[in-house]
Amino acid sequence: MTERAAGEPALTATVVMDAPDTRNRLDAMVQGVISKPLDRPDGPLKVSGTAPYAAEYDLAGCAEGVLVLATIAQGTVRNIDRDAVMDMPGVLGVFTQREMLRRPAQGTAGKAPVQDVAKVDYFGQPVALVVAETFEQARAAARALPVTYDDQSADAVLDPENPKAHIDRGEKKATRQGDLDKAMEEAVHAVDTVYRTSGHASAAMEPHASIASWREGELTVHGSFQMLRYNVQELADSLGIEPERVRILAPYVGGGFGSKLGISEDAVAAAIAARELNRPVRVVLSRQQVFQAIIRRSETRQHLRLAADAQGKLTGIGQECLVSNLPGESFAEPVVQATTFLYGGANRILQVDTARVSLMTAGSVRAPGEAVGMPVLEAAMDELAEKVGIDPVELRKRNIPERHPSRDIPFSSHSLAEALDAGARQFGWEHRAPKPCQRREGEWWIGMGMASAARVNLLMGAEARVTLRPDGHVLVESDQTDIGTGSYAIFGQIAGEMLGAPIDRVEVRLGDTALPAGAGSGGSWGAASTGSAVFEACQQIRKRIAEQLGCEEEELTMRDGVATAGNRRHPVGDLLGETPLEAVGTLKPGKMGKEFAQASYGAFFAEVAVNAYTGEVRVRRMTGAFGIGRVLNEKTARSQCLGGMIWGIGTALTESLEFDTRSGLLANHDLAEYHVPVNLDVPEIDVLLLEERDPAANPLQAKGVGELGTCGAAGAVANAIYNACGVRLRDFPFTPDKVIAELPAP
Amino acid sequence: MKPFDYQRAGGTAEAIAGATAEGTKFIAGGTNLLDLMKLEVEAPARLVDVSRLPLGGIEEDGDGLRLGALLPNSDCAADPRIRRDYPVLARAILAGASGQLRNKATTGGNLCQRTRCHYFYDTSQACNKRSPGSGCAAIGGINRMHAILGASDACIATYPGDMAVALAALDAIVLIEGPDGTREVPVRGFHRLPGDRPDQDNVLAPGELITGVRLPAPAGGRQTYRKVRDRASYAFALVSVAAVLRIEDGKIARAQLAFGGLAHKPWHDPEVERLLAGEAPDGALFDRAADLLLRDARGWGENDFKIPLIRRTLKAVLLELTGEQA
Repeated sequence: MTERAAGEPALTATVVMDAPDTRNRLDAMVQGVISKPLDRPDGPLKVSGTAPYAAEYDLAGCAEGVLVLATIAQGTVRNIDRDAVMDMPGVLGVFTQREMLRRPAQGTAGKAPVQDVAKVDYFGQPVALVVAETFEQARAAARALPVTYDDQSADAVLDPENPKAHIDRGEKKATRQGDLDKAMEEAVHAVDTVYRTSGHASAAMEPHASIASWREGELTVHGSFQMLRYNVQELADSLGIEPERVRILAPYVGGGFGSKLGISEDAVAAAIAARELNRPVRVVLSRQQVFQAIIRRSETRQHLRLAADAQGKLTGIGQECLVSNLPGESFAEPVVQATTFLYGGANRILQVDTARVSLMTAGSVRAPGEAVGMPVLEAAMDELAEKVGIDPVELRKRNIPERHPSRDIPFSSHSLAEALDAGARQFGWEHRAPKPCQRREGEWWIGMGMASAARVNLLMGAEARVTLRPDGHVLVESDQTDIGTGSYAIFGQIAGEMLGAPIDRVEVRLGDTALPAGAGSGGSWGAASTGSAVFEACQQIRKRIAEQLGCEEEELTMRDGVATAGNRRHPVGDLLGETPLEAVGTLKPGKMGKEFAQASYGAFFAEVAVNAYTGEVRVRRMTGAFGIGRVLNEKTARSQCLGGMIWGIGTALTESLEFDTRSGLLANHDLAEYHVPVNLDVPEIDVLLLEERDPAANPLQAKGVGELGTCGAAGAVANAIYNACGVRLRDFPFTPDKVIAELPAP
Repeated sequence: MKPFDYQRAGGTAEAIAGATAEGTKFIAGGTNLLDLMKLEVEAPARLVDVSRLPLGGIEEDGDGLRLGALLPNSDCAADPRIRRDYPVLARAILAGASGQLRNKATTGGNLCQRTRCHYFYDTSQACNKRSPGSGCAAIGGINRMHAILGASDACIATYPGDMAVALAALDAIVLIEGPDGTREVPVRGFHRLPGDRPDQDNVLAPGELITGVRLPAPAGGRQTYRKVRDRASYAFALVSVAAVLRIEDGKIARAQLAFGGLAHKPWHDPEVERLLAGEAPDGALFDRAADLLLRDARGWGENDFKIPLIRRTLKAVLLELTGEQA
């Protein structure tokens, strides 16, 4: 449990982002730790195996549970023959309670997802949990468990482009402006084409896992989650208990990429079994189960229309998309999210329709929307640049709008033009041949391509507690998770900078719902949102110290445990006496999200080689330049960008969920067959972080970085393939079979 | 995983004697078998662990070499004699799996690697190889990785390995010891076509143990292993070519070729080798070689592309080895 400061009640303060924060306070601080490329304090623990992940807690008497997945696409469970396995060695129970989850929760749901496992919505859905003394016993019994179904799979639609699929039109959220048909007719240059992208898996290294234990009606779950403040609500609602009786611990999370935004089937199943058996129960999904039973990114079909005048200035943009999801799920891959604001053009149709299919739940996977919408938009822009006969970078620059093209609001900060120029310079874009098939090295065609990057910037409510101890030690606490992104490092840097503490005097505790509720990790908002709450708590502490010194907070300097005001210098211990100073900061999003169009921007440049014989594509080098507001930690920000660009390589070249449209089986449900890029697929990658501040974003002037690195990256690869060999591919990913289908044999 | 008996064999004879009963499997590196057992694709009643038998190492054997059955793939690929005299083999091994897997995988075990067909790996699906008589879900299903040569209506799976493709090109010999004594089987005849018994990957009879592989005298010439795959490493071959070519007086004196990713076995076609032998290398000849290789090829939908892909890959390999401009 947390150490609470004795005596005085905590200081509290709430900041609401109703106006730009132009104070730029962090730049006035002198400790010199903010933005620095500091190591993650959790790094050594992780690489030495001493950071415990969800499944790695050793609870006395813990039983082991294994989920049983449906082998039909649609229907109801007729019978589960428990007796057939109850006599198997070690078996303790077979659980099918109606509270068990049929689907995982969507991100920020905050309530129970679809429950009741007696009905089957998709192949791979959990229908039962088998618990035994050991994992091997549970797995054997789970495999042996006879399940019979009333199989209605014959009625199931398993292909989103099946004409029988029910389509929910996304008109409500669509942008419809002017007359795009007319703009296309009148355009001097136009692109009208259809692209497709494949479904993706989050493929986080740590599988979904939960250990549940009950004590006097209180539930504790060690789990692997991204957003504890929502997860605790989802879990409580699923079980029909008060959220106050649920505690989740997730101090270390081995990647999420959206798949752990909401709770998954393991958590509720473990909680039910633990309650029934009156002992802790651990449920760990196998790799195959993670692929089949959690979430997928929907595949997309995107009809792109670009209309432009003689100079390449857009007069119209259409991006009409078809995605898929299970019936009843409100989430639709927001493919057009960045297209709404990235480029001008008075005539616009941007819409996402959803085909209802009986495939696993579609949800948020890394950069939902932009991850697949941006590569396609940027590939279409490359087609347009060729038609206009201008450099692709120049085409982008000509189409950067002054204000949001549909909402008539200003941008909060906007570094697209700067990123395009800086990236092009760093990459050596001037060496690109304007026409395809100009550079050959042995069997390989060599080409260059680029794409813009854009990702909406979001701010979410968050709380954090900061305690300054008399010895100058600083403690930061929040239920915010660190899913490998650097939260531990960044919050320590914010607090250390504000309170004048060297980084080794700052401790950060995260991932425990007993702590103040952070914003959670997702949507690239964790660092800025919860970081702003940390900032606000630190401000309160600074104010109190300033009061004691009889100065304004702005006149106070804190460095290396010493507070200075004018010519007075005091170690903080002298000011605090025996009592730690504790403050809780709260951040609320406010009006800024509506009054400004907020986004992070950037630009990607890629050089690829395409084998003229085999159609293999290898990325040879990449450069990304990004404007993300204040950089909170140069190292973790760079790592996020690198990771995003590697996702882009996967999106462009290898990643694709393959469903058998006869049965609904996800055929490639492991990491051997679902191809994320491996080391040899990843070349030297340059990351440039631009100097930028965004006062409308939050008090840190920082914007989201996590997802930006992939929002368009695959488009740069696609465009480089075209520049290399003259083949315009429109069906991601570009595996050798698709390349040779278009590339004449040498 | 189902419960099973485990026996650690103290000697080769003991291992063979212990493995004649139905449902018995040998285990060495376990890189494939353990995965399959966890998924209950394989559910042996009994495992005979041969990993401690004295069957490792590389020995001189006449003009050639004898690879021990338990020689780790990594050691084989790193051996200076293999690298110098059989580079196609070193390259093929290094094109497969990952460093960690190659450290555990053995010569004998790798020859027995089972298919990666999605339906073979999922016990909810019909698969004649896993469950004879249940059907073949790959036909009409996800079959991008599947066979274009030598398949049957019962099974269109491919042999997934790389090492054996190089061994087939080299015309290596599998050394086998069994209840009835020892025998030798060319690698080219070791794996079976599926026919109506796709459950049988190879010609090993119950209780037969691979004790080693004999490499013939170095073939010389130019050698390469070309593997085309969806990502740069750690992916199974879409198609692969193991090639050993000797050029004399501007003509192909001898061609030894084997192909991966095309069939239920490393594919070897003596007619293609005969076509090339004695001819001056040129693109038209290579096209004819591909025509001959693919004379009975058929795709199953998703894998139709393998037909043009192997044609193009073969040409690239032959151009590379004959020094013609690629």
